[in-house]
Amino acid sequence: MAVCIAVIAKENCPLYIRSVPTQGELKFHYTVHTSLDVVEEKISGVGKALADQRELYLGLLYPTEDYKVYGYVTNSKVKFVIVVDSSNTSLRDNEIRSMFRKLHNSFTDVMCNPFYNPGDPIQSKAFDSIVSTMMVQAC
Amino acid sequence: MESLTLSDVEQKYYSELFLSCDVDNTKKVASNGKVLDLFRAAQLSNEVVHQITELCGATRLGHFGRSQFYIALKLIALAQSGLPLRVESLNSVRDLPLPRFVMGKNEQETRHAVMFADTENQGPYFPRPPGRVQAKKVSAHEMIQPCVSSDLLEPDTTSPVVSPHQSPPTSPHAWRKHKRQASGGNVDRQPSVPGVVWPPFREAQPGPVTGDGMWSAHSPPPVQESWVSFTDTPPSSTLPMHPPSAQVITTVRTVPSAMTTNEIQRQISGYDDPWKITDEQRQYYINQFKTIQADLTGLIPGSAAKEFFTKSKLPILELSHIWELSDFDKDGALTLDEFCAAFHLVVARKNGYDLPEKLPESLMPKLIDLDDSAVPEPATEVDFSASPVEVTPNKSPSMPSLNQNWSELNQSNEQWETFSERSSSSQTLTQFDSNIAPADPDTAIVHPVPIRMTPSKIHMQEMELKRTGSDHTHPTSPLMANPPELSDETKLAATIKFPGTTVGDGYSSSDSFTSDQEPISSAVNRQRSHSGTSPEGLKVVAPPPPPPRPHASHSRSSSLDMNRNFAAVPAGPQQPGVVAFPPAVPPRPLPTQTSVPHGHRSVEGDGLPAHTSTSPHQMPEQPNFADFSQFQAFAVDQPADDGENTSDSGQAKVSTPLAPPPKPVRRRLKSEDELRPDVEDLPQKSNVIATVLATQPSIPRSIGKDKKAIQASIRRNKETNTVLARLNNVIECDHRISLEVQLEQLRPFSHL
Repeated sequence: MAVCIAVIAKENCPLYIRSVPTQGELKFHYTVHTSLDVVEEKISGVGKALADQRELYLGLLYPTEDYKVYGYVTNSKVKFVIVVDSSNTSLRDNEIRSMFRKLHNSFTDVMCNPFYNPGDPIQSKAFDSIVSTMMVQAC
Repeated sequence: MESLTLSDVEQKYYSELFLSCDVDNTKKVASNGKVLDLFRAAQLSNEVVHQITELCGATRLGHFGRSQFYIALKLIALAQSGLPLRVESLNSVRDLPLPRFVMGKNEQETRHAVMFADTENQGPYFPRPPGRVQAKKVSAHEMIQPCVSSDLLEPDTTSPVVSPHQSPPTSPHAWRKHKRQASGGNVDRQPSVPGVVWPPFREAQPGPVTGDGMWSAHSPPPVQESWVSFTDTPPSSTLPMHPPSAQVITTVRTVPSAMTTNEIQRQISGYDDPWKITDEQRQYYINQFKTIQADLTGLIPGSAAKEFFTKSKLPILELSHIWELSDFDKDGALTLDEFCAAFHLVVARKNGYDLPEKLPESLMPKLIDLDDSAVPEPATEVDFSASPVEVTPNKSPSMPSLNQNWSELNQSNEQWETFSERSSSSQTLTQFDSNIAPADPDTAIVHPVPIRMTPSKIHMQEMELKRTGSDHTHPTSPLMANPPELSDETKLAATIKFPGTTVGDGYSSSDSFTSDQEPISSAVNRQRSHSGTSPEGLKVVAPPPPPPRPHASHSRSSSLDMNRNFAAVPAGPQQPGVVAFPPAVPPRPLPTQTSVPHGHRSVEGDGLPAHTSTSPHQMPEQPNFADFSQFQAFAVDQPADDGENTSDSGQAKVSTPLAPPPKPVRRRLKSEDELRPDVEDLPQKSNVIATVLATQPSIPRSIGKDKKAIQASIRRNKETNTVLARLNNVIECDHRISLEVQLEQLRPFSHL
């Protein structure tokens, strides 16, 4: 279960960011922002030679004491970032991958909507619901 | 508040009105706004309305409860009849006409009257409109006109009163249709409120409707009839193709009527779906679709749709949401159905309807037939053409169920996604399957249904594997290699084999038989081979006394030969695997014997189900078979084995026909008498098996070279198999019954 999920556009501007409100959201925003550097580093390094084979799933970007940050980038350089609680040890890599896949699918659906202009914040309810299912249930 | 007694008609009428006022669908409180609108529509002065509200107690309560509402209605009737408003007179006045409500517009009133007259005339001409459409319309109208005529009322009972609240835009259509519906020309019929705009449109009555359509077209109230008028324009003509903007504009005006109509619709009946698209609407949508995309089976690209719907002047966010709802397959383009759904949603939204969270079922794209319109329903809106019925000839009745399934499928996005994600969790896959399962069989969607592979298939596979794979190595290995291909049963068999136990599964037995003749490697194989041979042997000759040593004498070579044989006859036997190995080695009595029953079971043509049923039996039996020592020592000493017993008993039963008469009888009695595993059964069974095996003609090592012989033996085996299978079934039944009986007997003891 994620604590924070963010979608960042190609230009590194956020399209969608949602976090569990219990903890300071600003902290998550900051975390996501800093994780972008790691993402950039990963994609720039690999992308040179094998653009095709670059893995969409970037894996653990960096862990901190409290949480871990996972990254995923699409072919159009849209980045998904998931922040999970470190105490949640039961989350396996596969689950994170599946979460990213779901996000990607939902994002694609949003993109297909002709009324959605790329670069706009994502306001799709379907997307919201998908994200909600993945977020930690805030008690 | 004094209690109120209402006549039946009144009761019905009032409840309908109440429902129509019950905007929030609370079923308890009518919203004040609606109620006040209604009262005003009763054409009473405000003062009177005020008085009524006071009298009924709403002022006290601050809201209109059901009783207050009813009282108020009664008071309105009183007032309309010119009687003084008194609480006492509520119950005292008899034969009070029902309260009448009219739409606010004067022209409507006039139209109303005219229509009334007209409809009166036309009354007799309109037999109840068929089916639902009629029901809806009628209901709408009925509400307004509490018609006593049962026929009219019947369909309406479910539909709430068409909102008299629809003060502003009452479509004259509604009236007309309503009147028309009141074919009975009831006296009680009152100039009902035009009420719902939509229902009238929906009324697709052939001639008269058209006439009505014309009529309404004549004097469409400017505002309300946005959709109506728009559609009303010459009914004779095909849907007028107004530019989207125009339509949009008009729709805006109909907001109140549409809204109320929708609400009413919703409340009207549980099954009544406010989102259903009427024929007229659908035709209109289709025409609009044509303007964008001539091919009705084609797609409208997203950009074109965007332009089109942007003209409706809805906020982009809402349009985006509508798109999300209507683009069912998420392809960025709209099919005709999707387009109709989207258009419908736009119209609804324009009329003030809130967008649903999920796509309503009635708007789901039809999976089967694109051209089929939605079931005609007095849904919300617009009356496109005067002859709606004619317009949309057929609706696919199967749609709802289909749509339902679709909705389930579609809305379980996770499942779609998980499926597409190929998540490793089996759970998601199963979910997916279960979702698809209820889908309409007509759909082209074919979902993977796990089917049990025929034994022969499995057997073949195994044989193939064995042939290609290891020789005497584990019979299980080929099976293991094949788990995904195998059905559940096979898997079961495979797993069973893993522990090296005998394969209860007759299918596999044949394979294992060939591959693994060595006692050590697989009791299973032995069994299989035995089983394979046993049928054959059984058929041929009366079982000679079982050789003392169950030890499979056939050497590896024989098994190899068997393999070759089987390989040569891969497709031959369609029966369960047992058939496949006619050249079972005779000297393998025990395992064969034990395996025979299994084989028999599997042999059964319909044994697939039986097989599964037996597999659990086989499960416990497996260990027995795995226990080679049993076979080997069958003459000597065989370890008692519980599982063995069951299987043995089964086998005993099976082998009954095969073994010399006394033996089976003995065995049977034994098994029946003893629930406990009976070691003795084993030797007997093995004896039987041995005899069976012995009866089988020894297979020349060179069988492989003699195809004809193989085929003959296969045939023989097949026949034997079928016979044995039948016998096995019978025996199993008997055995089961006997076991049950014994259990019953033992039970009282167990309780002690």
